[in-house]
Amino acid sequence: MADAPLLDVDDLWIEFRAGREVVHAVNGVSFRIEPGETAAILGESGSGKSVSLAAVMRLLQIPPAHIPKGTVRFKGMDVLNMPIGEWRQYCGRDISMVFQDALTSLNPVFSVGWQIAELFRTHGVASGREANERAVELLDRVGIPDPAMRAKDYTHQFSGGMRQRVMIAMAIALGPELLIADEPTTALDVTVQAQIMELLSGLRDESDMAMILITHDLGVVADVADTVAVMYAGRVVEQGRVSDVLGRPSHAYTRALLNSVPRARNKGQTLEPITGSPPDLARIPSGCAFHPRCRFATAICRNEAPPRIAVTPGRFAECHHAEMVFNDA
Amino acid sequence: MTTAEQEALIIRRGLPWWRLLLRDRFATAAALWLLFLAVCFLLGPEFFGKAATTLNLRVRNLPPGSLEHGWLMILGGDALGRSMLARLIVASQNTLTIALSAVIMAMIIGGILGMIAGYMGRGIGHIIMRFADILQSFPSLLLAVVVLYVLEPSVTNLIIVLAITRLPIYLRVTRAEVLEIRERVFVDAARALGGGRYHVLRRHIGPVVAPTLLTILTVDFSIVMLAESSLSFLGIGIQAPEITWGLMVAQGRNYLSQAWWLAFFPGVAIMLATLSGNILSNWLRIVSDPEQRWRLEAPRKNDG
Amino acid sequence: MGHFLGQRALHSGVALLGLIIAVFFLVRMTGDPTDLYLPIDASLETRKEFAQKHGFDQPATTQFVVFLKDILAGDLGYSLRKQRPAMELVLQAYPTTLKLAGVAMSLSIFLAIIVGAVAAYRPGGVFDRISTTASLAGASAPDFWVAITGILLFAVTFRWLPTSGVGGFSHWILPIGVLMLRPFGLMVQVVRASMMGALSSAYVKTARAKGVGEPVVIFVHALRNACLSIVTVAGDLAVGLINGAVIVETVFGWPGVGKLMIDSVIQRDFPTVQAIIMVTATAIFLMNVLIDLLYVALDPRIRHQ
Repeated sequence: MADAPLLDVDDLWIEFRAGREVVHAVNGVSFRIEPGETAAILGESGSGKSVSLAAVMRLLQIPPAHIPKGTVRFKGMDVLNMPIGEWRQYCGRDISMVFQDALTSLNPVFSVGWQIAELFRTHGVASGREANERAVELLDRVGIPDPAMRAKDYTHQFSGGMRQRVMIAMAIALGPELLIADEPTTALDVTVQAQIMELLSGLRDESDMAMILITHDLGVVADVADTVAVMYAGRVVEQGRVSDVLGRPSHAYTRALLNSVPRARNKGQTLEPITGSPPDLARIPSGCAFHPRCRFATAICRNEAPPRIAVTPGRFAECHHAEMVFNDA
Repeated sequence: MTTAEQEALIIRRGLPWWRLLLRDRFATAAALWLLFLAVCFLLGPEFFGKAATTLNLRVRNLPPGSLEHGWLMILGGDALGRSMLARLIVASQNTLTIALSAVIMAMIIGGILGMIAGYMGRGIGHIIMRFADILQSFPSLLLAVVVLYVLEPSVTNLIIVLAITRLPIYLRVTRAEVLEIRERVFVDAARALGGGRYHVLRRHIGPVVAPTLLTILTVDFSIVMLAESSLSFLGIGIQAPEITWGLMVAQGRNYLSQAWWLAFFPGVAIMLATLSGNILSNWLRIVSDPEQRWRLEAPRKNDG
Repeated sequence: MGHFLGQRALHSGVALLGLIIAVFFLVRMTGDPTDLYLPIDASLETRKEFAQKHGFDQPATTQFVVFLKDILAGDLGYSLRKQRPAMELVLQAYPTTLKLAGVAMSLSIFLAIIVGAVAAYRPGGVFDRISTTASLAGASAPDFWVAITGILLFAVTFRWLPTSGVGGFSHWILPIGVLMLRPFGLMVQVVRASMMGALSSAYVKTARAKGVGEPVVIFVHALRNACLSIVTVAGDLAVGLINGAVIVETVFGWPGVGKLMIDSVIQRDFPTVQAIIMVTATAIFLMNVLIDLLYVALDPRIRHQ
């Protein structure tokens, strides 16, 4: 019996109409998540990573967003064409999301305990006092001291790290099979970042939960993820096991990313920031979107979109010069 | 709508203001109507003065709608046979004068006070703000009524009273803008180059605050017009033999069952004027806000 | 929180005091006060007696103290035409106005919340257009004219409603309808704007990600946040309602404070006019305090300042 993927995104395209412009945020993204897998989606701002996953959760505002093509299957079900009321039953229960900025992502006028308990009430699992008690248990589980008192507090009374723990508590409350974490540590201090990642990996280990980690931080990818998909200008440009991709990248962009951050093995060498700036998504460069900033670029990169090259089984890159990059250690 | 990942760039074609106006049909209609009123204001008494005061008992309380007695009687005749249309046009002068004068006075005084309050900060600034609080917290109509009671209800006093009730808004807006601009570098630069406080206020802060004030002015025009009409209707504003649209409604009220048009049309005139002011103000707000302007700048479906 | 309330009460209190001072000066600086307080045919002796009792011949500060003492004792003079204490007249008229304004305000807010929320949820839809038209009409229509046209249509022509006066349900329809125009127009825009902000916020996204149903998202998560803007504007609304009440009571002949004010002005009864000003200013002060308390109750962020 074949293992059905938990989440199957196939050729997803998303555009935004703003005024007269059309912004091509996601241009044919495909990936699969197996049960229990921790996948990282790596990219700069504007790469389309958050938008893709927002579309998976059906949280995009349509309009101005528009999904011209693509399918999303969660546990075999067609997510995008389901009636929204039906999909909402799965949200929070089987699939959940943690957002980047907990300060604005939590409702300022309701207590934290109320917002967590809401999950139990909404999905008919518990109500009233029982829901509140379970909320307190969750606060304890994510490491918030004095949870019974703190459950009555409001968002603004928590520190950044604590707030993020609250968001995580809400996300794991009903034991989802898939947790999507959209830059969960970007807004936090470095020390707190480590704590939160530790919490997330701990929770994942406890329950065999699959996790998608959206991030631009290579360190996070290296520490926690099994697989990584690198995104640029709305496409997945490289995908594979973390150790493979980060160890020997086969896409120019991944290579450039690795060269632009300090790494122990490169001690003594100069950092090379990536020249140029991320592309304007309303005017994506022809051929390979990365070619204006790529040191391996040649004429074909400007004229033709790169094919998907299987570097090794289970690993691919979309680069005309994948082999060259792979061998350029 | 936008997250960090979607930054839509909009190329501004930089359309001139009158083309932006034409893009919005209602705003164009409003502007045209106000232009028409301006013409009535300037030429009305000249051309229609006689018709407005000529008695013709044969057409007393003539209902509107027929051209039998000439096009002047299209809106009917009043209790003394005078042409409603002519009277409306002539009354526009007082109505518009009072509204415009009050608004401009409020803007100038409020603007100056606001600039002082913003720039001087503590002390004077606080006193001025409390003064604005007092004015804003009390029902403007009651305030106007009391002041006009104690002083005499002349046209000048009416303008002054109306201006005073509208002061606070200009005061606050100007002060807020001044406070914000004060922090900006170019003011420090001007002062470093030797510009005194007043110089800075006049040359640097003034021009930036002006567009906001203009938007408020158009709304205020409507508000003041309604206030004056209400006061005149109640018998406390304009007194006969002066005439404004508000007073015409009051006068027409006595004939409501026999000649409804006497009270009806002046009210329509008021409403059309205030509606135009409000619509134009909405348009101005959209145009001054760079984030909203694109709605008007976007090409129409049959543009090339 | 205490700091917030204290500061706001201080501001409102200063405004109240400022108004009292303004009235004081207005009366004494613009002519002989006895002309205003006493009937025209009052004899010289009566005038002198009155002037002495209220210290008109004293320096301004002494006068002011006497003035304040009178106010605190509830003595705001004698109504010139009714021969009763002015205060009594005013307090008798207030309940009518409060009833009128109260119903108009509650209805306006209730309807504005429904229309505004739906308008924000479906921008460009039917409710959105209704709300824009309503607020434009509310801001542009001369209420006295609408009242008269309403009487013309519904009372005179169709004879469905009475032309004026207090009474049963049908007597309320036109007055409330006219009085509601502006507040509803204003409030529906406020609700729409703040609901649009709330509905596009990050916490609404989180709620949807939690699987919360749309009705709860709109009327619990979003609306509860929009309440703050609503309460802020409610104060202005109430003050505007007093203005509207003056017109509505005059046109429809309701014996409230508004009508009392106009009658007193036309009949040159200054003590009553002054009494109305004082009572209204105090009422507004109390209302502001109430609104501030409501603010604290609704926004936990202020509570913990």
